[in-house]
Amino acid sequence: MAVDTRTPKVAKAKPAATPAKRTSSVALKIFMAVTGILLVLFLYAHMIGNLKIFFGEGTFDHYAHWLRTIGTPILPNEWYLWIQRGGLTIAVVGHVVAATILARRARRARPVKYAHRPKVQGSYAARTMRWGGVIILLFVIYHILDLTTLTLNPKAESGHPYANVVADFAPGRWYVTLFYTLAIVAIGFHLRHGLFSAVRTLGQQKPRGEVIARATALALSLILVIGYLSVPFAVLTGLVD
Amino acid sequence: MDIQVRVWRQSSSEDKGRMVTYDVKDISPDASFLEMLDVLNEKLILDGDDPIAFDHDCREGICGMCSMVIDGVAHGPERATTTCQLHMRHFKDGDVIDVEPWRAAAFPVIKDLVVDRTAFDKIIQAGGYITAPTGAAPEAHSTPVPKKDADLAFEAATCIGCGACVAACPNGSAMLFTAAKVAHLGLMPQGQPERDTRVIDMLQAQDDAGFGGCTNAGECTTVCPKGIPLTLIGRLNSDYRKALRNR
Amino acid sequence: MPEFWNDGDPIADTAAPDGPIETRWERRKFSAKLVNPANRRKLTVIVVGTGLAGGSAAATLAEAGYHVKSYCYQDSPRRAHSIAAQGGINAAKNYRNDGDSIYRLFYDTVKGGDFRARESNVYRLATVSVNIIDQCVAQGVPFAREYGGLLDNRSFGGTQVSRTFYARGQTGQQLLLGAYQAMERQIGLGNIEMNARHEMLELIVVDGKARGIVVRDMVTGEITTEMADAVVLASGGYGNVFFLSTNAKGCNVTASWRAHRKGALFGNPCYTQIHPTCIPESGTHQSKLTLMSESLRNDGRVWVPKAREDKRAPGDIPEAERDYYLERIYPSFGNLVPRDIASRAAKNVCDEGRGVGPGGLGVYLDFADAIGRLGKTAVEAKYGNLFEMYQRITGEDPYETPMRIYPAVHYTMGGLWVDYDLQSTIPGLFVVGEANFSDHGANRLGASALMQGLGDGYFVLPTTLGNYLAAGPFAPIPQDHEEVQKARKTVEERISTLLKVDGDRTVDSFHRELGHIMWEYCGMERTEEGLTKAIGLIRSLKEEFWQRVKVPGTGEQLNQNLEKAGRVADFFELAELMCIDALHRRESCGGHFRAESQTPDGEALRHDDEFSYVAAWEYAGDSGKPTLHKEQLEFEYVHPSTRSYK
Repeated sequence: MAVDTRTPKVAKAKPAATPAKRTSSVALKIFMAVTGILLVLFLYAHMIGNLKIFFGEGTFDHYAHWLRTIGTPILPNEWYLWIQRGGLTIAVVGHVVAATILARRARRARPVKYAHRPKVQGSYAARTMRWGGVIILLFVIYHILDLTTLTLNPKAESGHPYANVVADFAPGRWYVTLFYTLAIVAIGFHLRHGLFSAVRTLGQQKPRGEVIARATALALSLILVIGYLSVPFAVLTGLVD
Repeated sequence: MDIQVRVWRQSSSEDKGRMVTYDVKDISPDASFLEMLDVLNEKLILDGDDPIAFDHDCREGICGMCSMVIDGVAHGPERATTTCQLHMRHFKDGDVIDVEPWRAAAFPVIKDLVVDRTAFDKIIQAGGYITAPTGAAPEAHSTPVPKKDADLAFEAATCIGCGACVAACPNGSAMLFTAAKVAHLGLMPQGQPERDTRVIDMLQAQDDAGFGGCTNAGECTTVCPKGIPLTLIGRLNSDYRKALRNR
Repeated sequence: MPEFWNDGDPIADTAAPDGPIETRWERRKFSAKLVNPANRRKLTVIVVGTGLAGGSAAATLAEAGYHVKSYCYQDSPRRAHSIAAQGGINAAKNYRNDGDSIYRLFYDTVKGGDFRARESNVYRLATVSVNIIDQCVAQGVPFAREYGGLLDNRSFGGTQVSRTFYARGQTGQQLLLGAYQAMERQIGLGNIEMNARHEMLELIVVDGKARGIVVRDMVTGEITTEMADAVVLASGGYGNVFFLSTNAKGCNVTASWRAHRKGALFGNPCYTQIHPTCIPESGTHQSKLTLMSESLRNDGRVWVPKAREDKRAPGDIPEAERDYYLERIYPSFGNLVPRDIASRAAKNVCDEGRGVGPGGLGVYLDFADAIGRLGKTAVEAKYGNLFEMYQRITGEDPYETPMRIYPAVHYTMGGLWVDYDLQSTIPGLFVVGEANFSDHGANRLGASALMQGLGDGYFVLPTTLGNYLAAGPFAPIPQDHEEVQKARKTVEERISTLLKVDGDRTVDSFHRELGHIMWEYCGMERTEEGLTKAIGLIRSLKEEFWQRVKVPGTGEQLNQNLEKAGRVADFFELAELMCIDALHRRESCGGHFRAESQTPDGEALRHDDEFSYVAAWEYAGDSGKPTLHKEQLEFEYVHPSTRSYK
């Protein structure tokens, strides 16, 4: 036996503590991509519903009522809606939890910040995903309290969403419109990068596909922003009243 | 030209570290950035000060040893250029230039601008290879490789493992590094048998080493001295998903 | 002259079998003793250096079951300077059906080495060359391929067959990554204990056998003694003795030199290769030189002004006042003369005061004619990446103004003397890659360095080392063994001496001055007078070094100047030996040109009758004279001839 005669090295003799196996960051991201895409599908459905406001109070309120009857008579009234709400809640919570884990990881990955703030190379949208996400979450909570539970709605007439919306965006309540606008723009930014990022996370890998994915993400975000903002601004300008 | 550099000084991994300003007088615009630091160090030594420690070796842009964040950008303002290939002619007389180390938990500072990049070796250890013990190789021409795949594999394999991607990433992620190796080996027919285990194991090693996750922000590819494309991260994600399915 | 050295007994390579050269390696492999697989894990091998030779050796030995301890000064084994090799790797595959064969590669290499290499070794190198390509392809090295998916080849360095395999301009990096990845796999499996940022500072020899090394942890400064059953040096070449070279900044001779001081003979130290197309110095800040592919000379025309000290811009110098000196002196080969001739001619015109650029150390390489003839697009397609590299470094646009080039030290053919088994004169100390002297003779052919490094590491060493280890495991050496403690003390004392001098000159200033002396007197053209003068200058500079060097900081931390100081101290001793070797070899061969030995036309003149031997030098103490041992070279297959390029 020749060896094992080396001088002990304190630093090296100690076996490196095996760190706990972390959940795969790519798996977390795939989860975020899937939940994110589900939420975007919902946003589009929701937007189409919103646009019914331009067809008048009857159409809009009827649409809102119809939502409660989806799935009947196989499902009792409103059951589908609750299933969807449940699904959306799981998606939102899951999306946020995964984002939080990854955000904490990212923060721990760079404990000392650069003295010279790195120049921005990537897009503004990419860098504002996290704060944008927080703003969107706060807005969603407010939005549910406002137009679903009607807790914060000035009119708060159950079964008359058209009236509630019109009351909400009345010119005197400009701050609500402003908050709504900010939130929608935040969603726009979030999706502009988020949609591309989701596609990439799910495996998009061709340079040409990247151009298409980025353009599509931009278009879908713009359509969504315009679609959603058209409602309050129509109310504000009196187009809808 | 005369310039000022503000350099991160940290005597050891335990020290807190701070930025210190030095004057550098009469430097030739033809000097490289590292040669400028050489000149400064010569002066510091003769003045009885501690010279600035920095990693460097080949000084021709291929070994991947040099590693400085210059004015907030990994490897400095020139695209597709390592620090050692950056020349002073890209700066102006009177400039104040900030010089910092790669900053990442997975790359702890050893001294001043020198960081420990062992974490990259750990990622390779986890699966960044093709198992082909010496002597076991078949005749080289027995497996043709389509030129397109060979060229793409080569492009991914040009990664020099410098770590600029991690330094630039807002999340301190090593995805571009891992993606480049996974793509290089995954594009070759020889790399197929271990394709699934490779991507799963390398990603696990990357996560365990304390790197952050990817948000597809693209800062990495912007600073990469070899221009490794961001699309390879998509390829890595796709490989990972398929590997999970095959497991 | 013998005032500088003593003549010793001749030595011989006793490991190589004789008989037909084609089967020597086969027969050596068969006669080599084997180590039982169960015993291999009880045997420890130290490998110093992780380039192509060290990396491939460490991986292969670990795969075979040995316990390997690997050391490199870089922060990762992947960064060894093999990574910078651009051109390619030769192999006698004959995929082109152009008449290549193992024998032809052997023939070309012996001839290219100017008949100063061992036939047995070179034949073996040519034999294993084909296995290297197979091995690298299996590892996933992305070699250039043709549309049919098969490997592409090119002709390189003036050979008439296409046998060079390549991966664009970074063959070295791709091959090294292959070896590195194989090595990391073994590290992950626990078969290699990797020690990056560690520097070998002494060899431990016990009872005449190499049994370990003393290393310094470059991060903490801790000195440790590491024991093993055998030691492999794969620590590269010593071109940095010239300060400016194409080597990486950290490349050094310390590992080899420490082994030399412990008794390993040093072979042909004066054989250095100087590459003609490097980017010239731009000023006193210059820290290293960058090589550009020789292919540039295919279309570029080399010239200098006819008048001395002509400071006009190149465009302002009329055709009639330009001297296309290569075309003038060598009308048939013109700008394509071999490396050494092109290099020497450039030095001569610069010595005449006709050099261009900063300091007058450069000649023009002009593409104006090529651009006029082929068009800018065609030139760009051929040389675009090289032009870009040139512009990045110099800030000048070679499409508009001629490039400036100057020769630079690129490779050292000399190194520790080894036998056919790659074993040095110290039993148990094996030397592979550029660190040994073995395969290139007095001049290395393009694309042969990568071949030798990988051939040694993947195929030769694992067999021959096994033969040595079959006698082991050897008796364990306790840490408090006298030799171990002595070696450790040598290292500690040297470090403390370097730190204690606390003089008024930096390490780099000494290194730069040493480089100037070597470049001036032991560079492209050497004379008895110059070399004698250089030895005197080196000795007094060395003395000054030990009195005036200033090494800041302490030994217990990352101290890059302390590392440099130790390396430069060894370079001083090596430099002296190089000059003595150059002085004693009163002939011109390959990379060694003695002004006294040239044909009437100014070409290198060999003296086969007198100098057809390997000069293996024995260390003789700090102030003593080295002893010269001659290993006579026999040429049974390739008979010495003279080359001509007129």
